[in-house]
Amino acid sequence: MDNVQSDVNRALMLDGNALAGLLQEIFAVEMTASPTECASCGREGEMGTLLAFTQSPGVILRCPACESVVMRVVQTTKAIYLDARGAAYLRLERRIS
Amino acid sequence: MADRFISRGFLGKRRQPDVAGRVPPGQYVVNDFPVLSAGPTPRTPLDQWTFTIEGVVGESLKWSWHEFLQLPTQTFVVDIHCVTKWSKLDTRWQGVSVDTLFEHVELDPQAVYVIAFCDGGYTTNIPLADVINGQAFVAYNYDDRPLAPEHGGPARLVVPHLYFWKSAKWIRGLRLVETDRPGFWESLGYHNRGDPWKEQRYSGD
Amino acid sequence: MKRPLSWQIATVVDVRPETAKVKTFTLELPDWTPHRAGQHYDVRLTAPDGYQAQRSYSVASEPERNKEIDLTVEHLEDGEVSSYLHDVVIPGDQIEVRGPIGGYFVWESARGGPLLLIAGGSGIVPLMSMIRHRAAAGSTVPTRLLYSSRTPEDVIYYEELQKRRAIDKGIEVFHTFTRARPSGWTGYVRRIDHQMLREVAEPLGEGLQAFICGPTLFVEAAANALVQTGIKPEQIRTERFGPTGGSS
Repeated sequence: MDNVQSDVNRALMLDGNALAGLLQEIFAVEMTASPTECASCGREGEMGTLLAFTQSPGVILRCPACESVVMRVVQTTKAIYLDARGAAYLRLERRIS
Repeated sequence: MADRFISRGFLGKRRQPDVAGRVPPGQYVVNDFPVLSAGPTPRTPLDQWTFTIEGVVGESLKWSWHEFLQLPTQTFVVDIHCVTKWSKLDTRWQGVSVDTLFEHVELDPQAVYVIAFCDGGYTTNIPLADVINGQAFVAYNYDDRPLAPEHGGPARLVVPHLYFWKSAKWIRGLRLVETDRPGFWESLGYHNRGDPWKEQRYSGD
Repeated sequence: MKRPLSWQIATVVDVRPETAKVKTFTLELPDWTPHRAGQHYDVRLTAPDGYQAQRSYSVASEPERNKEIDLTVEHLEDGEVSSYLHDVVIPGDQIEVRGPIGGYFVWESARGGPLLLIAGGSGIVPLMSMIRHRAAAGSTVPTRLLYSSRTPEDVIYYEELQKRRAIDKGIEVFHTFTRARPSGWTGYVRRIDHQMLREVAEPLGEGLQAFICGPTLFVEAAANALVQTGIKPEQIRTERFGPTGGSS
C-alpha cells in the first residue's frame, strides 16, 4: 500500500520547469536554467530540477535531495507573495542590452 | 486596463447553483475529492505516531496511536470548502472531537490560540474559540475507511467552518499559545482566520 | 536576445488529430520569436465573467518554422483547458498565449550530442521538437529515442518517426509498450528498466546527453534506471508532466 505507485501526491508532483513562466514573471529573466543552492542541505542545481508542488493554495519548490522548502509563491488577487528563505542564493542572469 | 480578450465558447468549470444556501460565495461544488499538497506524503509508522497537546496547558499530554483509537469517537458529516474554490458537501468522517481531547488537559486562560503542527512541517493557526464547542475534530476515517495518506492519513484536523487549509493534514498535535503565530499559508498572503462565508481568502480581505 | 514575457493573441490555422485523444494545433503568432526545442508556451482561456484557466504546453514544432508553432495537446478527461481545445477550438479561433518559456530542458544543435531521448506518453512532444530541429538544422549527431506507450494506438507521431528513421541513419527509434502490443511485435513490451536502457544507450557511448520527459513517476523511474547504467546525473535533464493516460 505504501509504495511509490500509490503515492498520489508524488504522482502530482512536477518540477521547476512547470513554474518557468511564473518565475520569469517575478524575476524578469529565465530562471529554470539558473543555479541555486538549498539553504538546508547545500545541494546545488538548476531551478528546473527542484521538485514542484502546484496542487496547492500556493506553489512550493523543494530540494530534490532533502525535500526542504526552497521557495514558496502565493498569487492573490492583489499581489504575488514570495518566500525564498530556503534558497541560499538566487542567480538572475543579466539581460544583454 | 485594456479590454480583456475573451475565449470564444469558454465557460470554465460548470458552476453548480448554490445548494440551499450551503455554498459560500465564490465556491463551486465538486463530486470528487481533490488532492492538494505542499509536499511529499509524510510516512510516520503507526507504532511511532503520537498526538500531543502542549504549550500553555497545565501538563502536556501525549497519546500513542493505540491510545488515540481508544478515545470516544463520533461520526461527523460536514461540508468542506477549499480556498482554491471547490466545496464538497456531506463529507463523512470518524474521529475524536477536539473537545474530547481538551477534557484531558487543564487549559490556561491565557491560551487564546492553537497551532496545529504536522509531519512534514506544516502548521496552521486557529483561535481557540474556533476549535472548541463541537467545531473541530481529529479524523482518522473518511467515508468509513481509514483516511488515505494523500488526504492526510493516518489523522488530520477537520475544522469545517473555516477554509480547508486550516484542516491540517498529517497532524501530530495542538500547541496552545498566548500570542498568535501565522502558520504556513497565513504567513505568505493567506487570511489569518479564513472564514469562507466572509470570503476571507487573502490577508486584507 | 531577451524580451519581456507578455501575452499575445494567436490565430489557430490548423487542427489535426494525432491519436484518438491527442490533437495538434498550429498557431500563427503575431509576435513570433524562434523558440528553443524543449520550450513551452502558456495558454490562457478567459470566460465572459472573467474566470481564467491557464496551462503550459510544449512546442512540438521546430524553431526553424517561421511565424507558427505547433502545440500537441492530450485530451485529459477532466481537463478544463484540454477539453476546450479539443471540443471547441476550430481553425480561425484565437487563443491567448505567452512564451516561449523555459531554459533548462532545451537542446539546440550547437550543443551537439550524442542524444538519448526518453519519452513517456505525451512526454514525446518536447523531444519531437528536438528531433525536428535536429533535422532542420542539418545536424548529424547520433540520436536514439526510446518511447514508452501503453498501446500502439497511443503512439503520437508514429508515421513521422518511421519516416525519419528510414531516411536518416543518425536517428534510431525504439518503442516499448506496457499494456498492449502491435500484432507480430518483437520489440520491448515492458516498463523501462536499466537493462533496456543499457541496450538502447550503449552504442551512444559514455558522453551522451539524455532528455527524459513524461509523467513524474515515469521520469523518476527512467532517470534512476539510467543512472544505474553508469550515466552521471549531470548528463540527464528531466521534465515532469502531470499524470496523463499515456505511458504506463
